[in-house]
Amino acid sequence: MTGSRQIPVAEGLFTWPSDEPQLIGAQCASCRLVGFPAGPACQRCGGTEATERLLPGRGTLWTFTTQDFRPPSPPYDGADTAATFQPYALGYVELSGEVMVEARLTESDPARLSIGQPMRLAIVPYSVSPDGTEIMTFAFAPVIGEA
Amino acid sequence: MEAVIIGVGLHPFGRFGGKSAMDMAADAVRAALADAGVSWPQVRAGFVGSLEVYNPDAVIGRLGLTGVPLRGVFNGCATAGTALSMAARAIETGEHDLTIAIGMDKHPRGAFAADPSVAGLPSWYGQTGLFLTTHFFGMKINRYMHDHGITHQTLAMVAAKNFRNASANENAWRRTPLSVADILASPVLNYPLRQFMYCGPDEGAGAVVLCRADQAHKYAGRPVRVRACTLRSRRIGAFELQSPSLPAGEHAPSPTVDASREAYEIAGIGPQDVAVAQLQDTDAGSEIIHMAENGLCKDGEQERLIADGETGIGGSLPVNTDGGLIGNGEPIGASGLRQIHELVRQLRGTAGARQVPGEPAVGYAHLYGAPGVSAVTILST
Repeated sequence: MTGSRQIPVAEGLFTWPSDEPQLIGAQCASCRLVGFPAGPACQRCGGTEATERLLPGRGTLWTFTTQDFRPPSPPYDGADTAATFQPYALGYVELSGEVMVEARLTESDPARLSIGQPMRLAIVPYSVSPDGTEIMTFAFAPVIGEA
Repeated sequence: MEAVIIGVGLHPFGRFGGKSAMDMAADAVRAALADAGVSWPQVRAGFVGSLEVYNPDAVIGRLGLTGVPLRGVFNGCATAGTALSMAARAIETGEHDLTIAIGMDKHPRGAFAADPSVAGLPSWYGQTGLFLTTHFFGMKINRYMHDHGITHQTLAMVAAKNFRNASANENAWRRTPLSVADILASPVLNYPLRQFMYCGPDEGAGAVVLCRADQAHKYAGRPVRVRACTLRSRRIGAFELQSPSLPAGEHAPSPTVDASREAYEIAGIGPQDVAVAQLQDTDAGSEIIHMAENGLCKDGEQERLIADGETGIGGSLPVNTDGGLIGNGEPIGASGLRQIHELVRQLRGTAGARQVPGEPAVGYAHLYGAPGVSAVTILST
C-alpha cells in the first residue's frame, strides 16, 4: 500500500501537480476554434492541425445536473458499488467566453449550485485502484464569496 | 410521385419474456400488411432498423424469402425516421411502387451502456462517469427552466399526461395513471428530472406500408399522405449530447429546429396547421423543449399551455396522444414507427378512446437522440 500515491485518469488532460492546474485544450490552426480535450480534428472545420492551448482555470456555471444513480460499469470505473455510490453533480462551465467544458462539480447538492456562479478548476480523486492509488480527474468547485 | 401510407402495424411495447425482437417485427409486419390489404410478395423494397439486432433484415426469414431488397438502417433514436424516409423516397423517385419500413428492438433494462469509443470519445469520458445520455437531458432542461420560467410542477404535469394517455392505449407499456404528486415524489435521477419523468428502454416493433399515391385505390388501407421526411445532424454551437466541450458564445439551434423548418418548407404546411403531434419525450423536459423547437409554441409558453391542458387530447395542441416514450418506453428501432402508427390512426379517425376531436388533418412526428440527430415527418389526410 502506497496510500498517498495519485495518478491522473489520462495523460494530456490537465497540468498537474500544480497549485493552479489548467485543462489542456487545443486551438485549430485553421479556424481558431478552441476545444477540449485535444482531439484528432476540429469540430467546426475538420482541420487536423492544432496548437496546444491551456484553458483558463476559472469560469462560470452555464448549467448543471446531478448523477443520482451509479453509471453503467463499464465504462464507469469508480471504486464504488450501487450501494456505496455517492451522487455527484456535473455541468458545463464557461471559461472566459472561449469554450464550455463538461465536468464533474465538487458540490453535489443542487440547492447549493446556481447558474452563473463562479467556478474554479480542481483536480480531485474519483476512484481508487486496489493498491490504494487514487485516480484523479478534473472538476470544478464553486468559488465562495465571489458571486 | 407522392408516397402514401396504406398500412400500419405495431407489436405492443413493453416486456415480453423470451419473445425475440425478430418475432415481434414479423407480427408487426403481418399487421401492417393486413391493414393495407397487401401480401408480402407484393412488397418491392424494405428498410429495417434496430440497435440490438445485428441483422434486422433477417426478419425476411419469417415472412417469405422473396428476394426483395431489404436495407438495414440506423440513426440512433431517429432510426425509424430514416427507415420511413427511405421507404417514401424509393416511391417518390419512381424506383419502387410499394415499400415497407420496419423497426424492432429488445433492450436490456437500465440506462444504455457503451464504450465511449463508439461515439469517437476518449476512454476517460466513460471512466469518470460522463458518458451517459440521461444527464444531458437534466442539464438542458435545467438551463431551459432558468431561461424560460418552466416549473417542476409543469415537468410532472407532462409525465402525468403521457401516463394518462398510455392508460387508454392497449399497446402501451406504462398503463397505470400516475398523479403529479406521485411523479414529484419519485427519486431524482438527474436534477431536476425524476424517475417517473423519464422513459425507459424496452421491447417492441412497428411496420409501415407505403405505395404510390395514384395506386392507393388498389389497396384496403385508407391512405395518409407523406408530406415531408427530414433528418438533420447537429451544427457547431448547438447544445448537444456527448460533448466534452462546446464553443462559448457561438450558439446554433438544435438539429430539431433545422429538421423541423425544412419539413414545414417541403410540406408547405405551417406549425399552426398541426392538429396532433408526437414529440420525442425521452423525459418530460424534452417534450417541453421540443414543443418550441418544432415551432409549435414560443419558448416559455409551455408553462401556460400545459397548465391549461392544451397538450391533452381535448386541447388545442395534443402531444403524444398514445402516451409517447414515457408511456410506451423506447425500443429504439421501432419508436418512430409507433409515432407514425398513432398519427395514421388519428388522421383516419380510428384512434378510439384517444381520438383527437375535430377530424385532425395534419400529423407531426419528431425524433431526437445521440449524437445530436433529429428526424421530422409530416403527414396529412
